[in-house]
Amino acid sequence: MERSDAEYIALVLKGDAASFEPLVQKYSPRLFATARRYARRESEIEDIVQEVWLKAFHKLSSFRGDAPFEHWLMRLAVRTCYDFLRGHQRNREANFTDLTEPESDWLEQFVAQPESAGEDAAAAKQLVARLLEQLSPPARLVITLLEIEDRSVKEIAQLTGWSVPLVKVRAFRARAEMKKLLARLAQEKYL
Amino acid sequence: MKLELLMQKLLAAARANPPADRVPYKFEQRIMARLKEQPALDLAALWARALWRAVAPCAVVAVLIGLLSFAGNGSNPASNPAGETPDFSQHFESVMLADVGEPNEDVW
Repeated sequence: MERSDAEYIALVLKGDAASFEPLVQKYSPRLFATARRYARRESEIEDIVQEVWLKAFHKLSSFRGDAPFEHWLMRLAVRTCYDFLRGHQRNREANFTDLTEPESDWLEQFVAQPESAGEDAAAAKQLVARLLEQLSPPARLVITLLEIEDRSVKEIAQLTGWSVPLVKVRAFRARAEMKKLLARLAQEKYL
Repeated sequence: MKLELLMQKLLAAARANPPADRVPYKFEQRIMARLKEQPALDLAALWARALWRAVAPCAVVAVLIGLLSFAGNGSNPASNPAGETPDFSQHFESVMLADVGEPNEDVW
């Protein structure tokens, strides 16, 4: 019979480190999906998830058990991803001159017929990834959690450790930052 | 140019394409191996870390005591009816080293 998360955690805290492996197996897919929202290279993604698990193991005694383990783990994951973004913010590109042909075609289609530009197109996905990479770390985090993952402000506050008013302020600034980037994109491409 | 609509379209594109949850081959084993590699509790490292953390507060205390000592030397002798100049550094040294030095009646 499969044990619950709480049972595995209790065993790990008693010194049975091997009981941590079922938790790693169970939650790694979720962590990889989260890390892939913030990093592009597979090596970076794996480093992020590995760091989350090492932190989780060493901080496991601080898990009180009044919320599901998954929530506690996701808080660690989001904060680790944010640290990653802050550590790599110098790598952000600052122009739209190197758009691929499908990206340019998608934008042209949007200009010609805004409603017909498909949201499921690969070019749109690449374009939004490019746009998100140019946002500041707090803006990228808040846009991802609020607009893409569709989380509430309260949830974001819990995940990030920011206050609710700070999340609202950062969300407002993030939307403004994104619109500014889009305006620059429009200007550079003469749309 | 409808920037708001463009933003909504792009965000919808991101929502429609969630990232893969694929886990690299033998990732769990690598994590468990990393955890086993790490020392359980390194007391020497903990002690060294605590000592390094104590450096700044100790330096602050030393500077404060030095400043108080100089301030004591410069106080007004007229305030002392016995005519002795209150010397903080002398008093401090006497108190701190009372048990270390030879018994001396002048200390107390």
